[in-house]
Amino acid sequence: MVTVPETRATPLRRSRSGAVLGGVCAGLGPRMGVDPLLLRVGFVIASVAGGIGIGLYVVCWALIPADPDAAAAEGRFGRVLGRRESWQVAAGIVLLMLAALLLFRAWGIWVGDAVVWPLVLASGGGALIWRQSQGAEIVATPPEQRATPGGGAGRTRRFRLARPSLGIVALGAALVVGAALVFLWLNGALVTPNRDVTLAVFVVVAALALILAPWWLRLGRGLTEERAERIRTQERAEMAAHLHDSVLQTLALMQKRAGDPREVAALARRQERELRAWLNAGPRREPGASLAAALEASVAEIEDAHGVPVEVVAVGDRPLDEHAQALVAATREAVLNAVKFAPDAAISVYAEMQGARAEVFVRDRGPGFDLDAVPADRRGLRESVLGRMERHGGSAAIHTRPGEGTEVELVIGG
Amino acid sequence: MSALPRVVLVDDHGLFRAGVRAELDGLVDIAGDAGAVGEAIELIVEAEPDVVLLDVQMPDGGGAEVIRGVAPRRPAVRFLALSVSDAPEDVISIIRAGARGYVTKTISGPELADAVHRVASGDAVFSPRLAGFVLDAFAGQEGAAPSVTDPELDQLTAREREVLRHIARGYMYKEIALRLGISAKTVEAHVSAVLRKLQLSNRHELSRWAVQRGWVE
Repeated sequence: MVTVPETRATPLRRSRSGAVLGGVCAGLGPRMGVDPLLLRVGFVIASVAGGIGIGLYVVCWALIPADPDAAAAEGRFGRVLGRRESWQVAAGIVLLMLAALLLFRAWGIWVGDAVVWPLVLASGGGALIWRQSQGAEIVATPPEQRATPGGGAGRTRRFRLARPSLGIVALGAALVVGAALVFLWLNGALVTPNRDVTLAVFVVVAALALILAPWWLRLGRGLTEERAERIRTQERAEMAAHLHDSVLQTLALMQKRAGDPREVAALARRQERELRAWLNAGPRREPGASLAAALEASVAEIEDAHGVPVEVVAVGDRPLDEHAQALVAATREAVLNAVKFAPDAAISVYAEMQGARAEVFVRDRGPGFDLDAVPADRRGLRESVLGRMERHGGSAAIHTRPGEGTEVELVIGG
Repeated sequence: MSALPRVVLVDDHGLFRAGVRAELDGLVDIAGDAGAVGEAIELIVEAEPDVVLLDVQMPDGGGAEVIRGVAPRRPAVRFLALSVSDAPEDVISIIRAGARGYVTKTISGPELADAVHRVASGDAVFSPRLAGFVLDAFAGQEGAAPSVTDPELDQLTAREREVLRHIARGYMYKEIALRLGISAKTVEAHVSAVLRKLQLSNRHELSRWAVQRGWVE
């Protein structure tokens, strides 16, 4: 009856609130079920031993989108990093690159000018381009804008793509292209055309990849976000449609029938039931399979037909077999009888089901009657209810006295 | 004639507060009303009413939050939950937070006044629906050996079940007393005992409802 709510799968995001550097570990940790601190130690060890940690971290930082909800809070170092202009970041990366190369030279691992200088140039250009695309993303998706109802995802996306400063991106692209040219020139691939075509092709492809990768990545991310937004919009539309079909229609009807209090009450009651059923949607019990649901459905039908409220309380449940169906039919008969003889009194149905045994009490606070005084030819209730219950191995009893209301007790399987 | 109980009304719908005020006029002494959790806590602490009529679902934590805010400072104030919600987790969680009863908003004026008087005099008030929920939550363990730590709190006695079943069937306390051949005070005592079990029991279903409520927020 009560289900455990599923935990929503959160998309992988760099966490800004828990970030030390770029929020990669803080984002990965909870997702992998590992303490972010462990991951950080891992990255540091991997960085010191061989340097692969740095590369891995940079790749993660570039690939995992930042958590947009916490854009205001940056990491302790990230706060500083995030505010920097693109060119400053690029310059920093170029310097870092140079430092690393110098370090390698000091260790005696010098790969040669022909590789080093183009690499430095290309990393500077690449940094400019990547930085620009990252910054643009943050600028273009502030939380307020995402929350605007009806604000199309398309508009947001166009706004984001138009945003990066073209000048800086062009400069970055020029640097990368320049690096490629310098590399080819230094290796002599430009002078003698027949010398090495594969190298030239490889360099061009690498340069293009470096320039275009941010846009390609962002397009992919944009599509994911757009899909999520579309699902949200759809849900909203569905809800609006439901409210329109049910609640607004009923309210309009009630205004028209304002002169008839009974009709209005019946309409309100039906709408209330529908809305509750919709709100409590989930593992709904099918009226065709469960006794409790069948009872509720049967009583709801009478409520609608006669405009009399009937309160149903059900404890437990059991499958709707032949005997249970007889119980539902008998209950229906008893409620109809109560509606007929005590239309203005409170009517309640209480059903208790445990194992094979099921009991139903139909009670009204109406005038009641003297059971013995009912003439033999007017015993519709007695025949249809008592007879039906006995044929299914159950029993029925009627408790009533004039002035004390009536209670019909129906039992099967016990 | 004994003094009317002093009542504070807490509900985030002004129209509903006005309606209840009109219905209870002359039957209880309304000391004030509030439409938000913070405002309600201040008003109750200051006015010290006998009974607070409390809406279950409100922004900022709902009725349970009001109880949590008031109870440590004014332990004598009693709460009666009054709600349109009939979801078991809502009902059970407000009772477990400390409310002494639960009635639905469709209740009539005189019945509501009667419920307020009962809560003011220290009794518990169960609507048929609440009685049904409690029976449901404590069901399915008759005869089974209780594997829980405090069997006394985690089970209803046969008499308590009988009383609850009558409430669920729509009987008044007086009628129940008559049918079971006990005094109305004994019926009250049984209902209060059930309330205590409901609030203190560790039974699986009850805890689950409470926990689930926390997740849903």
